[in-house]
Amino acid sequence: MIEVKNIRKGFGEKTVLNGVTVTMQPGKCNLIIGASGSGKTVFMKCMVGLLVPDQGEICYDDKDFNKLGAEEKKEIRQQIGMLFQGSALFDSLTVEQNIMFPLNMFTQDTYAQKLKRVNGVLERVNLKDVNKKYPAELSGGMKKRVGIARAIVLNPKYLFVDEPNSGLDPQTSLVIDKLVKEITTEYNITTVVNTHDMNSVMEIGDHIIFMYQGKKEWEGSNKEIIFNKNERLNEFIFASEFLKDAKDMRMLEQTGKISNDRDMDKLLPPG
Amino acid sequence: MTLFTEFGRYLLMIKGMFSKPENWKMYWKELMHQCNEIGIGSLGIVVIISFFMGAVSALQTAYQLVSPVIPMSTVAQIVRDTVILEFAPTLVCIVLAGVVGSKIASELGNMRVSEQIDALEIMGINTKAYLVLPKILASLIMIPLLVVISAALGILGGQLAATSAGILSANQYETGLLSNFQQYNVFFALVKAYTFSFLISSIPAYYGYHVQGGALEIGRSSTKSVVVSCVSILFADYVLAALLLQ
Ligand SMILES: Nc1ncnc2c1ncn2[C@@H]1O[C@H](COP(=O)(O)OP(=O)(O)OP(=O)(O)O)[C@@H](O)[C@H]1O
Ligand SMILES: [Mg+2]
Repeated sequence: MIEVKNIRKGFGEKTVLNGVTVTMQPGKCNLIIGASGSGKTVFMKCMVGLLVPDQGEICYDDKDFNKLGAEEKKEIRQQIGMLFQGSALFDSLTVEQNIMFPLNMFTQDTYAQKLKRVNGVLERVNLKDVNKKYPAELSGGMKKRVGIARAIVLNPKYLFVDEPNSGLDPQTSLVIDKLVKEITTEYNITTVVNTHDMNSVMEIGDHIIFMYQGKKEWEGSNKEIIFNKNERLNEFIFASEFLKDAKDMRMLEQTGKISNDRDMDKLLPPG
Repeated sequence: MTLFTEFGRYLLMIKGMFSKPENWKMYWKELMHQCNEIGIGSLGIVVIISFFMGAVSALQTAYQLVSPVIPMSTVAQIVRDTVILEFAPTLVCIVLAGVVGSKIASELGNMRVSEQIDALEIMGINTKAYLVLPKILASLIMIPLLVVISAALGILGGQLAATSAGILSANQYETGLLSNFQQYNVFFALVKAYTFSFLISSIPAYYGYHVQGGALEIGRSSTKSVVVSCVSILFADYVLAALLLQ
């Protein structure tokens, strides 16, 4: 279990995280949403220990990560898999070597065993015939999948995914989202996903944390988010007029009332 | 950032390199890979510059030696000593600061910017130990070897240039080479080679490892690392000469 207790983080004068407390639910997809620049990546980097918070605790199974010694930190890190915003594949290695890298480093398996494992995870992320390709030869979506494969190859307990959908078309995004969700349930991983894509929120958001100006503004599930009363969150979700209309239609259907005083005629079908 | 903070971070990086490897075999493989990149990769340029610097110094020394009382074989002696004392270690290392240094800085810088270093850290790997240490060790192993090769080729280049220009015969050149040879000079050259190898690998590694930003900063840090390495080579050259040549 990951518990984040009141963390603060700033760069120079600028405060990015201003007291965030949240518990990541085990075996679920925990989503962190918020506008670009709201500190999602910084928050995730604090959680995995790439950044050290100025204040507060990050606890993995009740152990404060930043108070652990180097060896204990390494032990926890070996249970963490992470997909970075830009995939972060090693560009001097082929896909196969990329995924095999953690196995080479941390297991004593034979080459055949490792290859079997690599092919297993590649199949899991629906990639074929890419073993000998270099990252530069892959599309963005394929890179993300290789990144996921590398992140799960050592059977992690925790999976961190930063913006799985940035730069992907809606359909590919959906495939990646589903993959993350399936892997989470299948291996009972605690998954934390950063996103600003509302499709993913609705698709995979078991537990959603909305960040606003360095604070946790709202927390709930994808079922609750549509009917939430938080203005800032609604502003974020229903950014386009189209979505606002869609929401009002839905409210109208369900309750006979609409949430604000906008022009109702526009919503009704013509004629 | 002030000079002292930078120097402090540099020392911290050096200190952070020493930890137990997660897997000896992988570290060994990385070391061999770097030896190949750094050593074999710069062999060509070292061969070319050594040969020419020997040839040029033979011709120029002969040109300056106009006195009839000095025997022509002195040319060989002077070529030998300047090549061993200064040209092979210092000149070669300055060129390598450009070749090897920019490679190290841009490789690490690219890994930093594209978050590959973070990805390694997340896996539980000490990136200073896995990425930086093998580069420095490989430089310490390979660059002194290159310097030795360079000295030999420089002397050979001098001989070829001098004999083909008809300044002196091969025999005279050999007599000159053997007269008044001081082994201490070779020791001095090696001390320089090891010192410079450390500088031209650790300084670019520092700049590359700590890049912040994007592609533009990678280029900047690589340029800066070459400039800083060159200046520190010249400075160290002076200090070593003052200390060891009395
Ligand atoms: N290393 C750093 N130094 C200084 N400021 C930083 C640093 N990293 C992040 N910031 C600042 O922190 C703020 C939050 O950045 P962050 O990358 O976490 O945003 P984000 O929510 O992930 O955005 P996006 O959705 O675009 O990825 C930004 O204003 C950024 O300028
Ligand atoms: Mg981000």
